Amino acid sequence: MARMKFLCDADRCIECNACVTACKNEHEVPWGINRRRVVTINDGKPGERSVSMACMHCTDAPCAAVCPVDCFYTTADAVVLHSKDLCIGCGYCFYACPFGAPQYPKVGNFGSRGKMDKCTFCAGGPEADGSKEEYEKYGANRLAEGKLPLCAEMCSTKSLLAGDGDVIAQIYKERVSRRGYGSGAWGWQTAYRETIAT
Amino acid sequence: MLTKRSERQARRGSLAAAVDSQAAGGFDRRTFLRRSGLVAGGLAALGALPLSSVRKAEAAGPAVAGATIRKNICTHCSVGCTLIAEVSNGVWVGQEPGWDSPINRGSHCAKGAATRELVHGDRRLRYPMKLVNGQWTRISWDVAINEIGDKMMEIRAKSGADSVYHLGSAKFTNEGAFLFRKFAAFWGTNSVDHQARICHSTTVAGVANTWGYGAQTNSYTDIRNSKTILFIGSNAAEAHPVSLQHILEGKESNRANMIVMDPRMTRTAAHATEYVRIRSGTDIPVIWGMLHHIFKNGWEDKQFIEQRVYGMDDIRKEVAKWTPEEVERVTGVPGAQLEKVAKMFATQKPSTLIWCMGSTQHTVGTANVRAFCIALLATGNVGGPGMGANIFRGHTNVQGATDLGVDIATLPLYYGLVEGAWRHWSRVWEVDYNWFADRFDKTTAADGKVTSTMNTPGIPSTRWFDATLLDKKDVRQKDNVKAMFVMGHGGNTVTRVPQAQKGVEKLELLVVCDPHPTTWASMAPGRKNGTYLLPIATSYETNGSRTASNRALQWGEQIVKPIFESKDDLEVMYLLAKKLGFADQMFKNIKVENNLPVPEDILREINRGGFSTGYCGQSPERLKSHMANQKDFDMRTQRAASGPNKGDYYGLPWPCWGTPEFKHPGTPLLYNTNLSIKEGGGTFRPRFGLEREETLPDGTKRKVSLLGNGYYSKDSEIKDGYPEFTLGVLKKLGWDKDLTEAELAIINKINPTTPDSVSWAIDLSGGIQRVAIEHGCTPYGNGKARANAFGLPDPIPVHREPIYTPRPDLVAKYPTLPNAVQFRVPNIGFDVQKAAVEKGIAKQFPLILTSGRLVEYEGGGEETRSNKWLAELQQDMFVEINPADAAERGIKDGAWVWVTGAENNSKAKMKALVTERVGKGVTWSPFHFGGWFEGVDQRANYPKGTDPIVLGESVNSLTTYGFDPVTGMHEPKATLCQVRAA
Repeated sequence: MARMKFLCDADRCIECNACVTACKNEHEVPWGINRRRVVTINDGKPGERSVSMACMHCTDAPCAAVCPVDCFYTTADAVVLHSKDLCIGCGYCFYACPFGAPQYPKVGNFGSRGKMDKCTFCAGGPEADGSKEEYEKYGANRLAEGKLPLCAEMCSTKSLLAGDGDVIAQIYKERVSRRGYGSGAWGWQTAYRETIAT
Repeated sequence: MLTKRSERQARRGSLAAAVDSQAAGGFDRRTFLRRSGLVAGGLAALGALPLSSVRKAEAAGPAVAGATIRKNICTHCSVGCTLIAEVSNGVWVGQEPGWDSPINRGSHCAKGAATRELVHGDRRLRYPMKLVNGQWTRISWDVAINEIGDKMMEIRAKSGADSVYHLGSAKFTNEGAFLFRKFAAFWGTNSVDHQARICHSTTVAGVANTWGYGAQTNSYTDIRNSKTILFIGSNAAEAHPVSLQHILEGKESNRANMIVMDPRMTRTAAHATEYVRIRSGTDIPVIWGMLHHIFKNGWEDKQFIEQRVYGMDDIRKEVAKWTPEEVERVTGVPGAQLEKVAKMFATQKPSTLIWCMGSTQHTVGTANVRAFCIALLATGNVGGPGMGANIFRGHTNVQGATDLGVDIATLPLYYGLVEGAWRHWSRVWEVDYNWFADRFDKTTAADGKVTSTMNTPGIPSTRWFDATLLDKKDVRQKDNVKAMFVMGHGGNTVTRVPQAQKGVEKLELLVVCDPHPTTWASMAPGRKNGTYLLPIATSYETNGSRTASNRALQWGEQIVKPIFESKDDLEVMYLLAKKLGFADQMFKNIKVENNLPVPEDILREINRGGFSTGYCGQSPERLKSHMANQKDFDMRTQRAASGPNKGDYYGLPWPCWGTPEFKHPGTPLLYNTNLSIKEGGGTFRPRFGLEREETLPDGTKRKVSLLGNGYYSKDSEIKDGYPEFTLGVLKKLGWDKDLTEAELAIINKINPTTPDSVSWAIDLSGGIQRVAIEHGCTPYGNGKARANAFGLPDPIPVHREPIYTPRPDLVAKYPTLPNAVQFRVPNIGFDVQKAAVEKGIAKQFPLILTSGRLVEYEGGGEETRSNKWLAELQQDMFVEINPADAAERGIKDGAWVWVTGAENNSKAKMKALVTERVGKGVTWSPFHFGGWFEGVDQRANYPKGTDPIVLGESVNSLTTYGFDPVTGMHEPKATLCQVRAA
């Protein structure tokens, strides 16, 4: 069975934000919610690098571990999704997440943040695949159509890869051996308890 | 926990199914790898495998039942990314990656991935509007066209045709651009311009004056072949993000050197192997500094120079002055670093030089560009894969709009403004030459000589407001500019905005045709009447071709019908031409359906007259076939290996010689002598005479040939240099027998008295081109490139300090050019520079101010700042300032600051971004903002609901005087400012 993963090749990411707007476009994500964002370290200095970050769909996802209403679930493709019907907007997942993925439509405490929203790996939610209800709550379900997440598909430099973890790891390995260096599969140790040996 | 196990297999070609079958057969890996962006070449071994599941996945189709797929081209830069739109019930509902495009392979940047929003139209102009006593009032299209037409005629009668300025757009389709130039010609003015003036006009002038054509010699995808990639004044990671796909892949697979020279450590520099920080405006000393090492160490390509370059010895003399010490004194670049870079560039070949507006937007823009060309020539880096001048243009169709003559100094396709050029287009348009001559104003000089403005270049877009504000006697035409007719061009993109505002207030008529009101609508609060806003469809709502930076044409199809009351550019031009009374003449050979001129007919007219630049072979049918069969084209070679377009290069990059029936494949690399002309090869173009008389130091004169010396392209029957082809030349060679009777008849008709003088460029039969090419020769001849471009103000590029320089101590040695009248208006740069030095401006304004792009926005930014998906990412205008400069001024990161400029007592309020990205003494701001002025929000000036989401101060309210003498280019890349905490 495939195990879906994201991999951002930091030697390729140019912080063009195509992944961010592709996500907005595909899912009609409202202003203020960023399912994906690009983080730049050493901004403006030698060694500047950017990585595109969203929910990494962790193995043993910490968000699921802390959720008081157990709204998270993992699909057969190992995509971590959640039910907005069950979510109470407590924000625990936000504190648990090592990647800052959970987003909330409102600012406030004690359940007043609104339902949590995050990257779905373009796999929708618990409602029927491709249904209107699913789209309104979670956005498009590309996986059900045999397509991969649009952020990676539209990445300007093919930096962001999405798909079967083994396959994208192989692509990354080939790149690193060709170019002779690599800054590693950023976040993989945290998310998947493994890294890519190169 | 919930575990979702959907019944996907039963639905469509799902991923789960794909993964299952991967274990069984392996072919779904193909779909996956395609989607993961692996090159197709690596998958050749998998090509024979059954594709049933792949088809299943691809045939899964759009998310919305019944949606149709339409292909167009992203409008935000010149890379030419294919855009796949899903349309349902006339609504653009989704966007998918265009995997088959041999240019972008599915990729986009932030703008391309968000472009659907433009056609949702939250902030679009919905209907025609007019300013009545300071209030925006809705009017009908009929009323708008009538009133505008009447006012234009009134101004024409009173002040002459040249008083109506025609400002066009790089977002026109090729057909729109051609029609706009034609419209200006029929109206009777050469004051017709567009964004190329302010981005790459100096490139076009500099490059064309070196080797013939003023365009990118190679292509984005060809950079994959480079071993050394040198960027100067280009931040491609933000301005042309998808190009980095090719550049970074090339860098990785070739282990190529990637050098970035820039005053800022840009996002492109972050990926470079070497970053060279230079002072703004010192490009020539940097290049001469490199050449100093190259000549000293004998790294130049002596054979190439001997065979293909004229005047390199003159360059050596100038370069000798630029010792490493002097270079460091002027530019700040250490000699050792420059030697290292020079060695890489000259010896680790092929090398390419990429430049953009960081180098072109200077008073020495043309000279900068010439220096770059000379560096390429000296090292033999022109005319082959991985080499060349990779000039990245700005908008989707800035290359096409330039080619099609939305320009003050030329008719379509660089024919110029001389009588022969007018006669050529008169023949194509089937309109009497004298009819045109009557349309133009006549001026009488002091000596009583009457001249027509038909043959004199118009006023550049950088100077339109000078032509409005200056005293009438200082403008060398009948009267001042009284009306601006603007189609698709921002108002905040030119320097000296405070002056432009005064200009706008003085205009009698301002017509803005655009999807958005633009800064034109908001920048002059004092204007109460006489402004019209006409809603225009975006490129996505039109059909037509666009030319990407690599000279390749792509046909985009209408995604949805124009929204609201918007109209296509072509329709507006037709309606206005009808109102002005020349529609019958102008649309003689162009079919008009429901007031909309048919774009295919316009392209055929371009083909019929476009011989000079090889725009003659790209028929609409061929372009549509390329677009429909993109999958047949190889990304690396850009050539179709199979299918209906077998042998063609993608998009038939110009020159695509002869008639469409001649089936020339296009020219992917200019001046490539390793290919025969028929297969896309070429030679340098001898367009500067056949020989030149030189005076030796002892006073004796000698004649030096400007034709190629012992070099020629593959399969050429002439094994040396040769002049351009005319019927007479064909006769001398005995090749005229190869012309068909029909071709000969057309040639004789063009010039019945002296048919021998009819050249390849004006032969409407295409016969002369055909015959020359059949004999392996380039129709335009085989000449030398010019290191010494005699005829230009600086034939040998020399360093000249910016008008507002932070180094007044260098002005005495490196002054700007003397004052002169250029393009009908005075250029008093010398006086301004002198006054700035005398007044000690550099002490009052000690920081360099330079400007540039952000990836989220484009141009003046009104369109992209109206896009909520983009606007969210950049919500504030800002200025980058070095931590040391910030500390001296007590400025904190993110705090408000006042930036003051060296002219007009200008001031602008924005946020500070304290960063080492800029060096000490340098500030940088993006040029995409507008809608604030001197700290005051101008949002109320826009018609309700059409104001962009994000507004901010325009950096051009701070930028200052200074113009390139060859093109009128402004100087927003090197001026001075002061910053203080607000």
